Amino acid sequence: MNQKQRKILFRILPYTILTFIGICFLLPLLWVMVASVDPNAMQSLKLPKQITGLNYVDVITDTANQRAFVIGLLMSLGQAVLVVILAILAAYPLSRYQLKYKKPFMLTILFMTSLPITAVMVPVYQLFLTLKLYDNIFGVVLFYVASSMPYGIWMLKNFMDSVPGDLEEAAWVDGASVFVGIRKVVAPLMIPGICTVAIFTFSGSWGNFFVPYILLQNPEKFPASLKLYQFFGQYGMVDYGRLAAFSVMYACPSIVLYILSQKFMSKGFGLQGGTKG
Amino acid sequence: MSSLAVAPAHKKRSTYTWLFYLLPSIAIMLVFFIYPILLTFFYSFTNLALTGEAAKALKFIGIDNYVRMFQDPTVRISIWNTLVFLIGSAVIGQQVLGFLIALLMKHKNKMFRRVVGTIVLAGWVTPEIVCALCLYSFFGDEGTLNAIISFFGIPEVTWLFTVPMLTVIIANIWHGTAFSMLVFQAALDDVPTEIEEAAVVDGASKWQILFRITIPYIRETITTNMMLVTLQTLGVFGLIYAMTGGGPGTSTTTMPIFMYNQAFVNYQLGYGTAISLLLLLIGIVLSLFYIRSMKE
Repeated sequence: MNQKQRKILFRILPYTILTFIGICFLLPLLWVMVASVDPNAMQSLKLPKQITGLNYVDVITDTANQRAFVIGLLMSLGQAVLVVILAILAAYPLSRYQLKYKKPFMLTILFMTSLPITAVMVPVYQLFLTLKLYDNIFGVVLFYVASSMPYGIWMLKNFMDSVPGDLEEAAWVDGASVFVGIRKVVAPLMIPGICTVAIFTFSGSWGNFFVPYILLQNPEKFPASLKLYQFFGQYGMVDYGRLAAFSVMYACPSIVLYILSQKFMSKGFGLQGGTKG
Repeated sequence: MSSLAVAPAHKKRSTYTWLFYLLPSIAIMLVFFIYPILLTFFYSFTNLALTGEAAKALKFIGIDNYVRMFQDPTVRISIWNTLVFLIGSAVIGQQVLGFLIALLMKHKNKMFRRVVGTIVLAGWVTPEIVCALCLYSFFGDEGTLNAIISFFGIPEVTWLFTVPMLTVIIANIWHGTAFSMLVFQAALDDVPTEIEEAAVVDGASKWQILFRITIPYIRETITTNMMLVTLQTLGVFGLIYAMTGGGPGTSTTTMPIFMYNQAFVNYQLGYGTAISLLLLLIGIVLSLFYIRSMKE
């Protein structure tokens, strides 16, 4: 191989490798999308002879599915709203006041963001039995809120640090209370941060399967994630088309929200946990 | 803080009001997060069970659960499986593949970067149950992979039975690589081009630049990312559970699956908690390392 051929090879090689990786990543995803519009969907990826929307119609018109989607949306939305409100309140003194134990507190919060939730689910289950919260949708939301609180506080505190204090002071001079200052001045300036936290907590619980699986019993209370799992177990081996249609619909909110979140994370992606957002 | 100086009334109140703001979040975290962690320690020393005699009388049984754990061959298998899963899918898979994609994408055609990047990201954004389903059908007996290899005349393989661990590892790589890719893309963009250019002038080869300059430069990112990815992978349950259910046999029973089976299939909550404590302790150690790396 002469110098020139080598050079050409080194130019093409990265594209070849990346294309191969891309195809490997694409195939499983392509299957679910194609199967969802194929009236005779099979386990393997194939070109449909005709395209149908019937799989989607079947999934959408099923009242049990509608119910699961609504429950899932309400749970995730409720959690996101609660986390944002509580985390803003908590972030305020952490950002604006000089507190004695602020540093160890923030380190504990950071520590808690990375603990695997899976490991505490057995005691949580027992706790829910004791508190009579087992099989209670609101109880699951409360647990979700608690488990994403550390992330919310950490992010919003860092976002709040970058909001200058002068504007708030101006509001106080005009007679606003601290609370009104947060609501009317600080929060509107932190919209990107609030949206980031809201989107991440929403997607987190929307995609979570383990927590409701442990804490809910009655199938009528199942959110979309559990319903899909149930569907998978019951008809998974037969009805690929409808299963795929359900999956695509269920994945949609996560994908749309991710795209939206890109707008708020203008600085790109880094391990920004420690730096100011 | 200057803001306090201008608002004396506020300053006077502040010593007490901080509590009012922090209390709701602290309360909810104490009840639903910190208390369960403490319960994990406590329950793991008890005979807590859902049915039978033990369900009526909670008894303190010392380290019996732990003695049982170290004698239980399935525990050893599940620890081993967790290690294989962690190293295969997190340390090697996501980390190395994510780095490779980020590295190869550097200075490439913008359109091409976008397309490949979006495809990899799609796997990350997709919820884990959908991932499990996509990969389950990909590796299924009549799935896409078998269709491809039989097209090339290679005999079909029952992937989910023959190499179940490999299939869940690949599923987790598929689901998680985008995170590492994004992290490494950001890190590689921060490597000053002057250093690399200087090395080229000095006659360094591509490999020398990669191993002597680029990798040492982003060393801290690699460590932090490794910790985060490992922590995320440690708790993976749904992906494995939906794909293989921990089987066939115990071949994909990782610690979370084993914990679930003991607690909710065999109703041995105390024993299940002892296993989750082990999981929690590994998580705590890794998290402490993670915080240390963040502080620097």
